[in-house]
Formats: sequence, structure tokens, C-alpha cells
Amino acid sequence: MKIHEYQAKALLSEFGIPVPRGGVATTPAEAKRIAAELEGKVAIKAQVYAGGRGKAGGIKVANTPEEAEKLAAQMLGTRLVTHQTTPEGVPVSKVLIEKAVSIQRELYLSIIVDGASRMPVMMASEAGGMDIEEVARVSPEKILKVYIDQAAGFQSFQRRKLAYGMNLNSTHIRPATSLMTNLYKLFQAKDCSLAEINPLVVTTDGELLALDAKLNFDDNALFRHSDIEQLHDVEQEDPLEAKANELGIKNYIKMDGNIGCMVNGAGLAMAVMDLITQAGGRPANFLDTGTVNDANRVVNAFKIFTTDPNVKAILVNIFGGITRVDVIAQGIVEAHKQMDCRLPLVIRLAGTNVDDGKRIIAESGIKFVEATDFYDAARKAVEAAKGGSK
Amino acid sequence: MSILIDEKTRLLVQGITGSEGSFHTQRCIEYGTKVVAGVTPGKGGSEILGVPVFNTVETAVKETRANASMIFVPPAFAADAILEAADAGILLVVCITEGIPVLDMVMVHNYLKDKSTRLIGPNCPGLISPGKCKAGLMAGDIHLQGNVGVVSRSGTLTYEAVAQLTSFGIGQSTCVGIGGDPLPGSTFVDILKLFQKDKDTKAVILIGEIGGTAEQEAAQFIKEKMTKPVVAFVAGATAPLGKRMGHAGAIISGSSSRAQDKIAALANAGAIIAPSPAEIGLTLKKVLAK
Repeated sequence: MKIHEYQAKALLSEFGIPVPRGGVATTPAEAKRIAAELEGKVAIKAQVYAGGRGKAGGIKVANTPEEAEKLAAQMLGTRLVTHQTTPEGVPVSKVLIEKAVSIQRELYLSIIVDGASRMPVMMASEAGGMDIEEVARVSPEKILKVYIDQAAGFQSFQRRKLAYGMNLNSTHIRPATSLMTNLYKLFQAKDCSLAEINPLVVTTDGELLALDAKLNFDDNALFRHSDIEQLHDVEQEDPLEAKANELGIKNYIKMDGNIGCMVNGAGLAMAVMDLITQAGGRPANFLDTGTVNDANRVVNAFKIFTTDPNVKAILVNIFGGITRVDVIAQGIVEAHKQMDCRLPLVIRLAGTNVDDGKRIIAESGIKFVEATDFYDAARKAVEAAKGGSK
Repeated sequence: MSILIDEKTRLLVQGITGSEGSFHTQRCIEYGTKVVAGVTPGKGGSEILGVPVFNTVETAVKETRANASMIFVPPAFAADAILEAADAGILLVVCITEGIPVLDMVMVHNYLKDKSTRLIGPNCPGLISPGKCKAGLMAGDIHLQGNVGVVSRSGTLTYEAVAQLTSFGIGQSTCVGIGGDPLPGSTFVDILKLFQKDKDTKAVILIGEIGGTAEQEAAQFIKEKMTKPVVAFVAGATAPLGKRMGHAGAIISGSSSRAQDKIAALANAGAIIAPSPAEIGLTLKKVLAK
């Protein structure tokens, strides 16, 4: 789960990490008031769940409160399009007004769990700023990494290694190592999947500040962080993805094709999308049902398909394991009872309780095309979608 | 032979009294697996499906000599269940549970470091040595005893591949679902090592997907150590790369999380790439015919 920059900075601040002074505004008047309180030059930053804001015009500098008001008015209520968003962009409903700082150096600091070593890794670089991925590609030696052993804990020498490695002045070593300690505390306490400060700046006044920050959270751990869960901003998501999430379908990604896919298992769902593409069609979505032990999950998936105007055909491919095919079948039947679903439907069922499943669907009288295997299913769905879009 | 589980496996089920736990325990028993004990704290002394239930794994092991465990405990308590099994000296722990927090698994891996316990999963379908033992969720009847080892990150896509093999009359030695989580207990490399050593495994199917670097590590092992043929498929060539993990994710794995890069790495290492998920069985059949 993502949160906004202003929320991430509030959390950093709570954990003792210095951030620029500022406040969040939802109206131009508020922006003006905050800018006046901060005095002098301020930065106006669009609050969206996407990177690349700077280049897309989502970060501006104002010299006076009046200018801040004007710039905020230009941003608020619009949609920001960056290289990380869809062409429709994401809505800007809040702007962060921050005291502008004069930058001496831009550094990089982050924590992520590394799959290969199965440990959290803290990464630091003295080449922070916009092109950090390019730095990692071209000069990987400029990215310093320390792996945090769970038995020993995050050690002082590791923090010194990063701080001295970034060529910080002696006066900055202690603030930097304590900042690292705090960032790791935050990472652990809130079950982050990513904690990234980029850039971490040294100001001309000699202060160390988190100028921009990104915190992502492990969805699987939200059950123990209701405070984090409520920070989620639904309007930043694709409306269909938001609806899917609200209906309890966590693994739904909207795509640009016209075949609605319901598949159990992420790997199989991706394989079905690969097959649809090979057969000359385009999937409307990725949807991994996860383990289905409640027919209602299937009904909800159909709600998404019938809401998506692009969907011209539905492909259900289920290979039962922990998921019982009979439960899926009940869901399909129930969906047809609850909603007017005239979209062509291609069904391929296999695995646990498949005979019961097939019987339930056959007895219901629902119109559908039966597929024998999943390539057959993909091919028939592509055909059905062509027919449906005439 | 086969790897990890066979006729000698004495399976214990943690979370046996839950609805998923009991449903799949019954399926395993029907398949012929020796399920010797169940563990649900607070339900010790009772019996379910003819299997005695204990309060702790330790007593269950003492009473029944269980040597493998399958876990159906809810995500918030699953890490603890894995540790309990390892502490009781269980050598093979299969964690089915989906949705365990990543930091819980970081802690689990640290705990398992100096233990001889092997963990499969979490978020996995388990494993099966056809005709001998099933410790997982897969439908037993799609399998056939034989000489092809299968290792996969995806549960249901494995069922597809196995069903294709069986339709050609090609049997399997053991099928291992290592699970889709970012921190799996056993990796492709761990399982490939076992297949390479297993006398009855003649060829291996490896099924990967986008994300992480596990397929590249497998490719390295295949290049250096595998003498048996490996047929590989990587799902997600047309999938959106999905949720970006800031810059840090890209820095730690480079471009390697894309399907194309994984396929290239495996092909360079000498693996035979199945052109489509519908042709995994066929590709292996051709390899065996050579």
C-alpha cells in the first residue's frame, strides 16, 4: 500500500527524522496561509501516488504567499500525468507547501527486504536525486549496501560504513547514523515494504533533511496497522481497481484489452494473459481470485466485469487445488442470478471437485462456451470478444 | 525414488481442525498419505478424520514420530507455527498459508538458519510424490508416478503442466510448489539440487514468473551443475510489471524481474524454453524423445 508524501513525512517526523517545515493544503487560500506562515520561498508539491512529479510540472517554487496561492490553484483539481501514470493521470486534491531549502548535496537512502539474502538491506548513495536508477546501472559501486542480520540487529559499524561511504563531513556523521537508526525503526515498526528518502539533502546551512520520501507498506501486514490502513487514498487508484479492492478482490489490475479474465493463481492468470495475447486478443485485466472458499468472491469478480465498459467477453479459467471448483461454479450461477450478464462467457474448469462444478453450471441453464484446456479457452474467448464488439 | 516425501513420510497437520485444514487433510489421507497427527492448541486429546489432535507439535512428534508438517494456520499465527515445527525437530515443513507478512518471514529465515529443517512455501500448494505421498492441495488424480521432477513458483500453473505431462503418459517423480512469496523457504536452486541427485528423476520442469531474481539464480545453477535436461516456462511476458517498488526495487533487482530477461537467462544456461504455457508438456516430451 502506498501513502502520500505528506503522510510519509509525518511518519518520518514521528520517528525523529528531520523533514522540511510545511503543511498540506486542499484549497488555494490554505496554500497562501501556510506559505505566509513559512515566510520566504516555498515549494508547492502535488500529492499523488506517482513518481516523476518534478518533470511533469507537479513541483513548483513560489516566492510570495500570493504566488503560492496562484500555483496551488493551478494544480488543485487537475490531473497530473507523469511517466509512471496512465495517460489519464492521477487527481491532485492536495498540495504540500514546504519551506524551500538551499541544497548543498543530494544523497540517497532506502530500505527494502532483499529476496536473495532474505534480509532487510539499507542502501545509500552520495549520488542521490532524480537519476538514482541510472547511477545504479552505470556505476553500481556508488550504491552502498548493508544487510541487516536479524539476530545481531542493525549495527553501529554498518551505519558508519554508509555515512562515511557517502563522504559526509565529520559533523554530519552522527546525525546521519541516528537518522538511519530511526528509518530502520520505522521500517520495522510499521511493516514497510519500502522506505526511501530521495533526496536526503545536506542544506547550505549544514542541516540533514529528508526532502522527498516514499513509504510503501506490506499489504499482508495491514491487519496489525489500522493507523496505516486508514491513510490509504482510494481516489489515487484506477476506479475499477479501487472497486475490486473494496469488494475484497486484492489482485486485480486493469489493462487495456476487452477480455475479462478470472483465474485462480497469479502464475496461471499471467499464463492465460500470455495465451490470450498469443491468440491475437488482449486481456481487459489481470485477476487472480486467490483462494476462493466463498462463492461471493466470484459474484464480485463478475460485478467488476459488468462495470468495465471495455469488457466484451469473460474468460473463467479455474484449476482447483485449495480452491474448490464447485464453489466457483456456485458463484458463477449466483452472479447470473444477481446481475444481467449477457457477455459471452467461456469457461474452463479442472481440478478439485470439477465434476460437481460442471454439474452445477450445466443444471443452471447458463449460456456459456465450454473449453477443454486453457489454450482452447483463450482462443474461444478471443473469438467471442470479436463477435461481441461487432 | 523421489525427493522430500515418499512412503516413509509421517505427516502432521498444523491447523487440522480448520475448514481448509480438515478438507485437505482428508484429501491427503484418501491419496494414501500417512497423516499421523494434527495440532490445534486447545483441542488436544480430540480426534478428527481418525487422526489424533495434540496441543503442541512437540507432544505430537513424541507420540507419533511425525517427520513432516503441513501448515494451514491463519497468516497472523503462521510464522509462529513454522518455528514451533522446527523447534520440535520436524525436518520438512510445508507452509500452505497465504498472506504472511514479509518481516515475519525475515524472522523465520533467521531462526531456521542453523536448523536442519527445510521449509517449503509459504503461500504454496505443497508437494506430491505421485503414488507415494501427497502433502499439499493439488488434485491427486491429475498426477502419474514417473521420472519428471517439477518445480514451480505458481500453484495452479503447475497443475496445468502436470495435467499436460500425464495426458502424454509422462509421470512425475515429485512436484514441488515453492510458492509465490518474495521470501520462499526453498528456492528453485534448493529443489534443482535435490532433483539432480535423485536417481529416478530424468528431467525437470521449472515454472517461473515475473518478479525477483530466482529464475536467474536457477539459470546459474543449471549452467554450472545440472546434467539433466530442464524445460522452463516463465509466466507474465504480457503482464504489466505492476506496482513499482520505488527506485529501491529496481536497484536491487535491476531489469531482471521481467519475463524476457528471465527467459534469456534460462535459455543461455541451456534450459529448453516452452514457447507457450499450453506446450510445457509437449516440449518435455520432445526432449525425452531425443
